[in-house]
Amino acid sequence: MGAIEFDKLPHIGESVRRKEDYRFLTGAGNYTDDINLANQATCVFVRSPHAHALVKNIDVSKAKAAPGVVGVLTGADVAADNINGLPCGWLITSIDGQPMKEPPHPILAQGRVRHVGDQVCMVVAETLEQAKNAAELVEVEYEPLPAVVNVSQASANGASALHDAAPDNHCYKWAIGDKAAVDAVIKTAAHVTKLDLYNNRLVPNAMEPRAAIGSYSRATEEYTLYVSNQNPHVERLLMTAFVMGLPEHKVRVIAPDVGGGFGSKIYLYAEDVCLTWAAKKLNRSIGWTAERSESFLTDAHGRDHQSHAELALDKDGKFLALKVHTDANLGAYLSTFATAVPTILYATLLAGQYSTPQVYVEVDAWFTNTAPVDAYRGAGRPEATYLLERIVSRAAWELGLGQDEIRRRNFITTFPYQTPVALQYDVGDYHACMDSAQKLADVAGFAARRAESEGKGLKRGIGYSSYIEACGIAPSNIAGALGARAGLFECGEIRVHPTGSVTVFTGSHSHGQGHETTFAQVVAARLGIAVDQVDVVHGDTGRVPFGMGTYGSRSISVGGAAIMKALDKIENKAKKIAAHLLESSDTDIDFANGEFTVRGTDKKIAFGAVALTAYVPHNYPLDKLEPGLNETAFYDPTNFTFPAGTYICEVEINPETGETRVDRFSAVDDFGTIINPMIVEGQVHGGIVQGLGQAMIEDCVYDTETGQLLTGSFMDYAMPRASDFPTFKLGTVCTPCTHNPLGTKGCGEAGAIGSPPALINAVLDALSSLGVKDLDMPASSHRVWQAIQKAKA
Amino acid sequence: MPVQLQVNGRSVTVDAADNTLLVQALREHLKLTGTHVGCDTAQCGACTVHVNGNAVKSCNVLLAQVAGATITTIEGIAAPDGTMHPMQAAFKECHGLQCGFCTPGMVMNAIDLCKHNPKVTEQEIRQQLEGNICRCTGYQNIVLSVKQGAAAMSV
Repeated sequence: MGAIEFDKLPHIGESVRRKEDYRFLTGAGNYTDDINLANQATCVFVRSPHAHALVKNIDVSKAKAAPGVVGVLTGADVAADNINGLPCGWLITSIDGQPMKEPPHPILAQGRVRHVGDQVCMVVAETLEQAKNAAELVEVEYEPLPAVVNVSQASANGASALHDAAPDNHCYKWAIGDKAAVDAVIKTAAHVTKLDLYNNRLVPNAMEPRAAIGSYSRATEEYTLYVSNQNPHVERLLMTAFVMGLPEHKVRVIAPDVGGGFGSKIYLYAEDVCLTWAAKKLNRSIGWTAERSESFLTDAHGRDHQSHAELALDKDGKFLALKVHTDANLGAYLSTFATAVPTILYATLLAGQYSTPQVYVEVDAWFTNTAPVDAYRGAGRPEATYLLERIVSRAAWELGLGQDEIRRRNFITTFPYQTPVALQYDVGDYHACMDSAQKLADVAGFAARRAESEGKGLKRGIGYSSYIEACGIAPSNIAGALGARAGLFECGEIRVHPTGSVTVFTGSHSHGQGHETTFAQVVAARLGIAVDQVDVVHGDTGRVPFGMGTYGSRSISVGGAAIMKALDKIENKAKKIAAHLLESSDTDIDFANGEFTVRGTDKKIAFGAVALTAYVPHNYPLDKLEPGLNETAFYDPTNFTFPAGTYICEVEINPETGETRVDRFSAVDDFGTIINPMIVEGQVHGGIVQGLGQAMIEDCVYDTETGQLLTGSFMDYAMPRASDFPTFKLGTVCTPCTHNPLGTKGCGEAGAIGSPPALINAVLDALSSLGVKDLDMPASSHRVWQAIQKAKA
Repeated sequence: MPVQLQVNGRSVTVDAADNTLLVQALREHLKLTGTHVGCDTAQCGACTVHVNGNAVKSCNVLLAQVAGATITTIEGIAAPDGTMHPMQAAFKECHGLQCGFCTPGMVMNAIDLCKHNPKVTEQEIRQQLEGNICRCTGYQNIVLSVKQGAAAMSV
């Protein structure tokens, strides 16, 4: 079935209330820390208090003798058992043809620690209190070394080096585009806008801290790992094939209810491996739940790019070329997809919505004594959008054009469109998004609102951001050619039960996105049954055939497409059964609204009756057809999907105090087909607040001398609260994706991608009359006030 | 030391170490795992329960401090037949939750604030939910839920 017919089915476009809500609302959710296996012990990790140090000696004798202690394991035990380090899932090749530097990423320190929080030793005891007490008795002798925490420190001559494999802290130098062509254009262009900016480091802070339980059965030689994770099959694949050398069929990974991920729970973490390994070694089930302070120190962080960009324009404001250099901070070790974020997921988006003929992007990636940095809601695409949308607005101001006008003059209008940075956009309507956003934001009334603010002694500004993202990750062959070490398809299984109800097994894990409802709508629509007749199972390698998981806004476009393919198979087989029962040919059978009919006659049979016949095959073409109605499909996309939109933000600033308030925020997105508008709007709300959080209040700060994390709790790191932002106005435009059977594009990350530049552009617009030309995120009141004072001086 | 209290209408005795927090007693001793722990600085509010009818962060109270008290957790607010409390129903209707982790604390705090202020405004809701952090929803639908829940509770 194609996207156009799909969009017309019942339940598609309906805000069906979520099937998963009852359990969450009544306290019956089942998160990892809620699980308590028989004979379960508790683990505490001893972590480095230093940003960088040699580990001279570890004395665990007192800890081992402490009450309740089951075992104490160190890096020496890991080495003795030949457990490998954690792998990086994406190989980047430098422009000189050399592979990126891939230093070891040990699960427990091997003679050296490289960031505050680096795990040194695991202490397993009967109770948490006993484990904590024993952990304090572990004596670690450190020899501190100088630390580097940002890219300028890491790249300085004679900088302290983290890894023998990367003596200059340099991981790779990667580039895309035609440098010579771009340089030539910049040299002769009528105007060149330049911009230096820093995309601030963020801590993901899913509300459920990471947690895991490792267990092992000597009877079956099977491991079970419960883990708060977005992709249990990937977790299992990485752990078995690369780290522990275990056969996959002996390892079951269960990601039960997961309290948010935002990227931070994609990765295979050291603790997950430690618990799995120790469960067998100590013959105990062992649980661990991060305290929030541990999450701050050890969850993969996001962003942290330092960039310089130059945009060449002709005299009419047409973009001619864009040149970007970015230094990316990867942290102390390469997290699972860290290397892809500042390259494949970033540079390829720098054409944006514009027909810029030439783009050249060069990226240097660096190791620092900080927590590893990896994909966080948007992953590379927010960094690209922030840079591009900032420089576009700056160019508008320099040329005396409106922020809307400069965008309109450069929008891509014909599709498919091949960008100069590898991607081919299949479809979109950027002018329609801009039109709709301007109406929603009442741009026409802005001048009057600004005058009113001025009357109160306040500054009002408006900021635009027209983002694009590449979602539906990804065609496996293209990803492989770009360095991915895994496929990026998805798997779905449809199990029709004898009475016609359905269980769906999907590799797309749901940790807040509402797949249990959206996917059920898809199946119910196709089969003409009620949504409550469909249950969705995810998050268990023991139940779901396979899966690549949830990230990059891929679930509906890739996981949903796999389900559509499986439904095609179900429909085909069911038609054959129906044809037999109706004494017709299956080519004459139509299926709609849950009924099979013989074309041109009044003969019909309901889906439920066909399902029953499949399992009670008394009157059945057994010579030609197997009994049962259960189909599995794998779907590998042929292209990325390209959600896009325009966001408009309006702020009001008190120039005396710097106090900045978002007064209005309007977002228009083109997500293609929308299955459940309520869920999609919820995703956009959450994304916008995460983006505005980055732009206004959130900031992960390390002390540049000691490498200590200065923002290590909710008392130091500003999380958006209910009173921080107003109610948003949302709108949509729909140009269905042309290459998947649903026409969907994905909606999970757009808000976080589109909103930061809209906010900063609004602040700069508000402060332009005061001479403020530049401002880095977060635009906290303090920083806004500082910028005003600096401009005055 | 054994501590006696009423939890969700039942009289229970918890025999736990003196330094046991209320949230530990609920989760670990009484297996009421609907009350969650999302931080270690009493900031996130995921552990919010009612103590004698008032919303309290149970990570910040010792079990011993609530001896004899009446405690209600998220497991205790639906009707005996499983029908959700009007506030729970409003959260479902308005899509006021996504991953569900902050939800129990949000709902418990929301019930408390609406009980004291049935005509609560959007601004008041936003201010009074200050102590409950949600990372998924952007709060917009939580605010709608609380408004709708307040109206349903006062019927």
